[in-house]
Order: sequence, then C-alpha cells, then structure tokens
Amino acid sequence: MAWRRHDYDEIPGTYVFDGKRSHSGYALNRMAFSFNCEANRREFAADMDAYCRKYGLSDEQREAVLNGEFLKLLQMGGNIYYLAKIAVFHGMTVQDAGAAFHGISTDEFKQILLNNASGFEERLKQEGGFWHG
Amino acid sequence: MAKIIGGLTTSHIPAIGNAMHGKLEQEPYWKRFFDGYEPVRQWLDEVQPDLAIVVYNDHGLNFFLNQVPTFALGCADSYQNDDEGWGIPASADVKGDAELSWHIAESMIRDEFDITTCQEMKVDHGFMVPMNLFWRDKPAANWPKAIPLAVNTVQHPLTSAKRCYDLGKSLRKAIDAYPEDMKVVVIGTGGLSHQLQGERAGIIDVDFDLQCMDRIINDPSWMTGLSNDYIMEKAGTEGIEVIMWMVMRGALNDRVNVLHKHYHAPISNTGAGVLLLTDAE
Repeated sequence: MAWRRHDYDEIPGTYVFDGKRSHSGYALNRMAFSFNCEANRREFAADMDAYCRKYGLSDEQREAVLNGEFLKLLQMGGNIYYLAKIAVFHGMTVQDAGAAFHGISTDEFKQILLNNASGFEERLKQEGGFWHG
Repeated sequence: MAKIIGGLTTSHIPAIGNAMHGKLEQEPYWKRFFDGYEPVRQWLDEVQPDLAIVVYNDHGLNFFLNQVPTFALGCADSYQNDDEGWGIPASADVKGDAELSWHIAESMIRDEFDITTCQEMKVDHGFMVPMNLFWRDKPAANWPKAIPLAVNTVQHPLTSAKRCYDLGKSLRKAIDAYPEDMKVVVIGTGGLSHQLQGERAGIIDVDFDLQCMDRIINDPSWMTGLSNDYIMEKAGTEGIEVIMWMVMRGALNDRVNVLHKHYHAPISNTGAGVLLLTDAE
C-alpha cells in the first residue's frame, strides 16, 4: 500500500490538503475544530499540553502547537483553515502565519502582497470595462 | 414562475467581515474595495430579489473533515451563523426556503448531481461575508431569503470548474421549473488568486485573475478546460475557490450582459473580483 503521488506535489512551497495530509493531520485538525466552542478554548488555554494529549496529537504535533510552529504543523497535516483557529492563541492572524511560512516579518509579507498586485489599476485600464470610482 | 435575474460574484475572506464589523469601509486600505460594491447594491435595491443562492465553501464550521460532501444544499427555513473559533459574535439568522431547496435537490439529483441535503446547516464567513457585502445596509430580517450551496474546496480531491459549470446549468433548470413567482440571484463566492499556506503563501496573480474574469464572462469553456492543478499553480491553493464562480456562470445564458466589473488587490492576502451579470437575449 502506498499513497498515490500527484502532479500538484511538484508545486514548490505548497502543501495541497488531500487525503494523505488530512489522514496524518486528523487529530490535530479535530482539536482545532473543537475551538469553535468557547469552553474548549478556555480548557486549551488553561493547559495546552494536556489538551493536545486529550486529542491524541503526536509528540511532534503537540510540540509544534505549543511553540506555534505553523510551517511544521502544515507539514504534519494541519489544514490552513484549522491552523487559523490555533494561531489565535499565539496572537497570530493568517497574515502573521503567512510571514512565518516565509520566515519574514508580517510587514515584509504585506509588502510582498502589495508588490504582487502593483500596477493592477493600469492593467484594469488596459483591459477595459472595470469600475474606477 | 421563478426566474434567475442575475449572477453576482465576490470574495468572501474573513478580513472583509472584520472590516465591516469594525466599520473600516472608509479607511484608505479598504475604501476602493468597498466602493466597488455600491453599483451592485444599487442594482439589488432596484430589482429587489426574493432569494439568493450562495455558492461557497465551509471552512470548518458546519462540516468537519470527518464528513466532507462535495456538494451540499441547505434545505431548511433558516440558517445560523456561529463562532468559528475566533470569538466574533454570530450574525443574525438568515431566512431560507425549504420548499424551493427540496425542489432544487429533486431536480439536481434527477440530473445525476448526487448532492447532500442538509436540514440543519451552520453558515460560516464564506456565506455571511457575501450576504453582508450586498445587503449590509439592511437589518438581516429584511434580507432576501437565501439558500446555501456548499462546494468542497478544502479537502482534495475537489470537483472541477467544469462540474461546477454543469451544476449551475442544472440549478438553472430547477429554478426555471419552479412554479412560484420569485426573483432569484445566484452568487458565486471565493477567490480570486490567493495562497494562505506554505512557503509560497502570498501569491496574487493579477493577470490570471483578470483573464478568469474575462473568460468567465465571454468564454466559460476556457475555464471548464482548466485542471485544478493548473488553477492552483497559477492562483494558489485557495485561489481554487474560483471554480465556485462557475456555478453562477452555468446558471446564466451562454451570452451575458456585464452590468458591473470590479477588481481590487490586495485585500488581505487576496485578489478580489466583483461581477454583476444578467442574461443577454
């Protein structure tokens, strides 16, 4: 038995959330899902280590949760939408996590976004028909 | 008879919801983005749709990864928003229309789209942000009724742009056959280019976004020919949400009028596109 490989595995810096990842990250994501309930958030905040054990995370996953190592959590099967529910406890937004994936500051990450979109209004004018206010 | 009077598209990221919650619409970062919705809101005020079908993906509120339906249709008389884990107060309930939902379910399943029917369905930001964007000047009690149509864009394998387009055609057939006089809009949500995860996080591809918008309007067969791998490579892993716009497109005629077209980037991590399309004769 083996997990099938996919063409999307070749996209660099990208962890497509498929059956293989969801299977390996199931306990981790299940714990994150429990944070939709405020009582569970309080229980987790009071003793994160114990809460991770209760949900059956692996030692590596538990350590990464406690240390807020989101690239590792992604590589260990965390789904980004579920990791966002964990990031809250480290005072992090999805943009902070994006910066952490690159190993840069959030301001630097926001600058990348601005650079990627720079000149878009000129492109809209070339394209025609867009709302310009 | 029921009639689809228009198709809308919008992004649905939580940052937009937070901005509305914090009343940041006039802040420099947000103003151009929000102003671009005003013509659509005026149009909606004029045409007064009775019901909106909102095509979106759930991000871990109603569906956990234990059960992931590819297509799930709300079949209830009301839908609840709830805490998604970051403690933002839940929005008011949105009215549904169970009779129409079950009519759509019967029609689609007859058409061999084996959708999941949901008599209880919590709706997350993917549904609420679009409703708020288009109707936030009104209390939720005065919003049109809505039917959530959730598409799995979270856990692969995902459906395709083509399948979404065909589902839209099936949706159109169902609405056209519904005997009650009712004006319906179909809202395709999500996208455009963004990747939240991994070392490649931060992708925004303006050229691809504008190409998608143009082809969705003028040549949807271009979109239906794209593989999910290709879309993810160009638009990012979360940019794949654009396939949900194709449900909206499939529900309209082959030829459409463009009443409004708006693009802004970045909004948080995302390229954000707005369309208002109606059937051309």
